[in-house]
Amino acid sequence: MTAVAVAPGATTARPSRWRRSQGSRTAYLFLLPALLVMAIITFYPLVFQVWMSFTDYGLTNLRFNAPAPNYVGLQNYQRILDNNIVIPNFDFLRILVFNLFWAFSNVVIHVVLGVMIALVLNTKGLAFKRFYRAIYILPVVIPPIIVATVWRNLFDPQYGAINQLINGTVGVLFKLPPVTLDWLNQPNPILAFGPLILPLAYFALLAANVWLGWPLNSVVATGALQSIPQDLYEAAEMDGAGWWQQFRAVTLPFLRPAMLPYAIYGFVITFNLFYLSYFMSGGGPFGQTELLVTTAYRLVAEQHLYAVAAAFAIFEFFILLAITLVTNKLAKATAQFDA
Amino acid sequence: MTTQVAPISAPVARPMAIAQVSGRRGMPRRRQLVLQLVCLAIAATVLFPIIWIVAMSLDPRNVSRPDSLIPPGASLTAYGKVIVKPTLNDISFLRLALNSVAIAVVVSLASVSIGSMAAYAFSRLQFRGREFLMIAILAVLMLPAVATIAPLFVQLNKIQLGAFNLRASLLGVALAVTSSQLPFAIWNIKGYLDTIPRELEEAASIDGASRFQIFRRVILPLATPVLAVTAFFGFIAGWTEFYFSSVFLTGNVDLTTLAMALNGMVGQYAASTPWSQFAAFSVLVALPVSVVYLFLQRYIISGLTVGGVKG
Repeated sequence: MTAVAVAPGATTARPSRWRRSQGSRTAYLFLLPALLVMAIITFYPLVFQVWMSFTDYGLTNLRFNAPAPNYVGLQNYQRILDNNIVIPNFDFLRILVFNLFWAFSNVVIHVVLGVMIALVLNTKGLAFKRFYRAIYILPVVIPPIIVATVWRNLFDPQYGAINQLINGTVGVLFKLPPVTLDWLNQPNPILAFGPLILPLAYFALLAANVWLGWPLNSVVATGALQSIPQDLYEAAEMDGAGWWQQFRAVTLPFLRPAMLPYAIYGFVITFNLFYLSYFMSGGGPFGQTELLVTTAYRLVAEQHLYAVAAAFAIFEFFILLAITLVTNKLAKATAQFDA
Repeated sequence: MTTQVAPISAPVARPMAIAQVSGRRGMPRRRQLVLQLVCLAIAATVLFPIIWIVAMSLDPRNVSRPDSLIPPGASLTAYGKVIVKPTLNDISFLRLALNSVAIAVVVSLASVSIGSMAAYAFSRLQFRGREFLMIAILAVLMLPAVATIAPLFVQLNKIQLGAFNLRASLLGVALAVTSSQLPFAIWNIKGYLDTIPRELEEAASIDGASRFQIFRRVILPLATPVLAVTAFFGFIAGWTEFYFSSVFLTGNVDLTTLAMALNGMVGQYAASTPWSQFAAFSVLVALPVSVVYLFLQRYIISGLTVGGVKG
């Protein structure tokens, strides 16, 4: 990051005419359009959202000249925590735990796969590198909404490509009866551990998101790998370091500073990933693959509970704030460890 | 965090090519073979869903569900059908696309023009409240767009001019999308401007140029890559926008957007759409942005490590 704001007195002490002309007035002129627009369509709605969350704002309050909604205190927040909402299978703790696990498991797999594939592609003397790089970027360029709808189609129990593929390979090889696995709706969870419930649909979503997520991690890792001076490896080799030792002593210290910010960014993106959950599993079975963002959407789109949605968004804000603070701390801690 | 945009891939490519030639001789044949098989297997998993959906879109049989991975023969009938009447409603693909483009253009232009000015102030100028404003913008950036859907719905719904309700219009949706794209635009462009050397501006200043002239004549031309990328992201956000349009534009068939139509094809009424038409529709939505993405890829990827994209 560049310059930190300097106290107003300090600017006058600067020698050049150029520096002295950097007045606040010009800055505010540049900022004016953005501040005006954001004040109206971003900050005001956010403040309004806080107010809304303490009322019973609903469909009836939308009408023109409708009476003002009633003040209800913390009731909306209480309803969310008590799971007292008409959405079927609504369980705030389960959704939160699943959402955290969803983001975490995805990012770990994306980063590990991304780095491994980047290492393979970075092997000296590998033929057709450019061809592979061109193909591997393809998942990134397709709009996520299309990725989600296409993968839903792939996991169709009767006609989906995944089941057909299983039947055409493993099924033919071992002479199995055709499988019609209902990937996205199979009701019995594969794994249940307290509030963490993982149905088969989770693994289907995971497969789709791994397909979508590793390529960019690989690109970031490739950039870091190519910045490593080759003589470091030569020196390590002369010292008799094996493949693993070279990876730990030379490769990893270069990868970490590049991958860590990207992993944090990936965590937040995956945490808020609307499309896969909404379009692939529809949050099912029994709301087990519902995320905070899809729940927020359903509260408005399906239930018209505007006030509850506002309270829900405020919970979401604090959860994301906590995530940001924790990840920033982790990033700083590991950075100091490096130095 | 550093932003390196254009130069990142260009200088690296040459030494790599040399290393490839000299190294290929050094690599044992068996190792090369194993790595090639690994790379091909990865390529196959990457390509599989893409090939499947393209193959399905060319399925000539117009069956509601395909029963083989590769359809017999190929035809463009599904494309023809989906262009004329993609949904059950009486609306053409062109109309859907124009609705989405209208949202996309507003979002794209607004976020780049307003965002670049603010980004310049944050990157180059000192003023009271700079840190506070930057934190405020970052906080908004962190919040997913869906989280502001309730207050935006209620607020935009209040603006009623005769029969025109801002909430139930494409402009209303565009404003809602801009509300989440603008902080990203500011952050993304600022990250790039931080990497442009200040000497150029100082030289222009000595020649008597004003701040606005410097911004227009020096900074904007140098920032073209990041402006193109930010405009493109704004466009994609509008082109594939789903949550605001599906909540705001209910009840008016003429304002259906691409994503809303797509939702109809996989949601409740999915059974009424043959899969070949769904596939053709997906290809038509994805192809234009995917092609542009491939062209801008070099700039986008380096920019991605700096800012953040909102979903």
